[in-house]
Amino acid sequence: MKKFLSFLYIALILAFIYIPIIILVVYSFNKGKTIGIWEGFSLKWYEKLTDIKNVLFNTITLAVVSSLIATVLGTLGAIGIFYNKKKTGKFIKGLSQIPIVNSEVVTACALVLLFIIFRLPHRHIVWLYIGHIILTTPFVVLSVMPKLKQMDGSLYEAALDLGATPTQALFKVVLPEIMPGVFSGFMLAITLSLDDYIVTATLSPLDFDTVSTAVYKAIALTTETASQRVPTYRALTTIIFLLTVAIVVIINVKPNKRRKANENR
Amino acid sequence: MENKKDKIIELIDLTREFEDGLVAVDGINLYVRKGEFVTFLGPSGCGKTTTLRMIAGFDKPTSGKILLNGKDISDLPPNKRPINTVFQRYALFPHLNVYDNIAFGLKLKKVNTPCQDKNGNGFEKKVKLSKSEIAAKVDKALKMVDLEGFEKRSVSTLSGGQQQRVAIARALVNEPEILLLDEPLGALDLKMRKDMQLELKEMHKKLGITFIYVTHDQEEALTMSDTIVVMKDGVIQQIGTPTDIYNEPKNSFVADFIGESNIFSGTYLGNKKVKFIDKTFDCVDDFEPNEKVDVVVRPEDVEIVDADNGTAKGKIINSIFKGIHYEMTMKVGKTEVVIQDTVEKKVGETVGIVVKPDNIHIMKKEFSSNIYDGYITKKNTVCFGDGEFECDITQLYPGSSVDEEGYLITADGEKIDLTDTDVKVEVGLKDIEISDDQDKGGAVGNIVSILYKGDHYQLIVRTDENEEDFVFDTEDTWNVNDRVGVIIPKDKIKLTLAVENEKDERR
Repeated sequence: MKKFLSFLYIALILAFIYIPIIILVVYSFNKGKTIGIWEGFSLKWYEKLTDIKNVLFNTITLAVVSSLIATVLGTLGAIGIFYNKKKTGKFIKGLSQIPIVNSEVVTACALVLLFIIFRLPHRHIVWLYIGHIILTTPFVVLSVMPKLKQMDGSLYEAALDLGATPTQALFKVVLPEIMPGVFSGFMLAITLSLDDYIVTATLSPLDFDTVSTAVYKAIALTTETASQRVPTYRALTTIIFLLTVAIVVIINVKPNKRRKANENR
Repeated sequence: MENKKDKIIELIDLTREFEDGLVAVDGINLYVRKGEFVTFLGPSGCGKTTTLRMIAGFDKPTSGKILLNGKDISDLPPNKRPINTVFQRYALFPHLNVYDNIAFGLKLKKVNTPCQDKNGNGFEKKVKLSKSEIAAKVDKALKMVDLEGFEKRSVSTLSGGQQQRVAIARALVNEPEILLLDEPLGALDLKMRKDMQLELKEMHKKLGITFIYVTHDQEEALTMSDTIVVMKDGVIQQIGTPTDIYNEPKNSFVADFIGESNIFSGTYLGNKKVKFIDKTFDCVDDFEPNEKVDVVVRPEDVEIVDADNGTAKGKIINSIFKGIHYEMTMKVGKTEVVIQDTVEKKVGETVGIVVKPDNIHIMKKEFSSNIYDGYITKKNTVCFGDGEFECDITQLYPGSSVDEEGYLITADGEKIDLTDTDVKVEVGLKDIEISDDQDKGGAVGNIVSILYKGDHYQLIVRTDENEEDFVFDTEDTWNVNDRVGVIIPKDKIKLTLAVENEKDERR
């Protein structure tokens, strides 16, 4: 009985999480527009994805470019903080982590205020990129830092000892060592940037939409064309969901393989 | 006598003080000859690794100079020094395989190569080594450390000993003028360590480059080195060949640290006779008659004879089999003497001992009393050595007394306020006690050193604030790092006025 209850509990939780998504996936193949009325199988909403390719392009460019910049800044920042032996290092580290706990709205509003105070052109695409970089950089620092701490401290010195300049030592020894942290920082940044609604909605130019703002506009039925696109976003969501599942599966399978390879040696 | 050219490295007044005020290396002077195998030996925290790091360039000296072939390199970054290091935990690059680890330095290296320009004029150009040159050098290095065929292996799949060899090959392949080794064998097991010791020694002979080795293992130092530098608290205690250091230790610290030894307090009687453990022995050293001395006798130099034929006799109280010999403890009066001999005497047996005059090593006593600068407080106590102690201030002026208000009345009836008077304080080695109760004494500190002297221990308690030392003898057993209160009885504190003319002024 106890076993059954605990099974039921988990089943319910999983159901709550996945049933909505499954319904969404199923109805993305529906001929009709409305969820709940099955009118027959069709791929027409997938064909209509071309209508929103602009939005997709915006989202991906924004995510990739801002995450790349955030990764470079965050990695360099983490290295700087790590090798700063003075008390300021600790202070800067604390300071760099505040945006993580800070609410996004605050970041967004603060940026808007900044632009107003300095009379910078409002709702410019550059500010959107800067906003996303500010949003994601602390997470890169956060994921690189532990890798630096794990690294044998003498590796950097060994590189210098063997004739490397500090820059060469950084690129040839330190960076390869912390690469897993840098990579996961980059992935974290991309995820955050793809997901982000608040900063994007506050800072983006009015004619610039990412998936999150576009979906919101469609659901809120702000315009006729926007609401027409609701089923198309179902198709898009399905694709994103399947991609995510695929990535998770690949990531989980890969270390197992490597471990097995190690055992065989 | 010493040719200046011979000195490859010279340290001049080298000092390193860390940000937290710790002086790791305290003004050491030292030179290393070309091709020498020098070992820095000392307990952890003695400054040996810091010295090595300064030679490598990882740490900058606070003051002093490091000369390499006569040129000051104190400000040269590590990558510009013709010096390579084998690190304590090897510090191999985990993302590179064995070959790439060893080739790391070679790939960065640029060599002056003579070239000719269009007009046929010769000039020198910095050129990187070619792939085949690098491959040849790596091959040679791998052969030297017996790791042929390991090129493609990932370093994480190697055993500790193999990683060690890669680390040595990685440093040696750059053909450094000096190879620094920072406790390189510390992580290996005993058997492997012994093998590597011999191999390193062999490599040193073959390559002819200078080795500077750091270790806390005295046996390792004795086995491998041409010269040993014994360090303690950032100060060099003794520099010498292994035989010198073993047979003629300069002070009781060196004697205690290098090998097993009996250290006794004794008195030099004059005429090449020395008295310790209450018996008179012949010796070869010369000291002032009646001078208090420390006497060192190695356990293997104590010879057992029949009870009545020895200079001293006593009962065996303990015997342990150590493989090649027995280590026995004998009690002569109150003093314990450690003896090593291949023939065992049973516990309880009474035997005599003799020591050849040659094997009795006499050293100047380092501490005969503790001397501090102090001052008198309002309460007529005395402050010194980071503490405050009750004392008898009347000893400052013969025939004086203290009145009810705390003023000193001299023999002439003059009234003196002694508050803030500077005094010299002297406390004998036998006049200090310590207690676990830190509030009990006048000062608080940690035990930093314990030396066994046959029938008692000589302890040093060091305070935190100004690192003042209290040196004293005790028969009780304590542990290093115990935190204790220092107690000095009122009548054992000897006071004298610090400066004579100041005394006159006050009068």
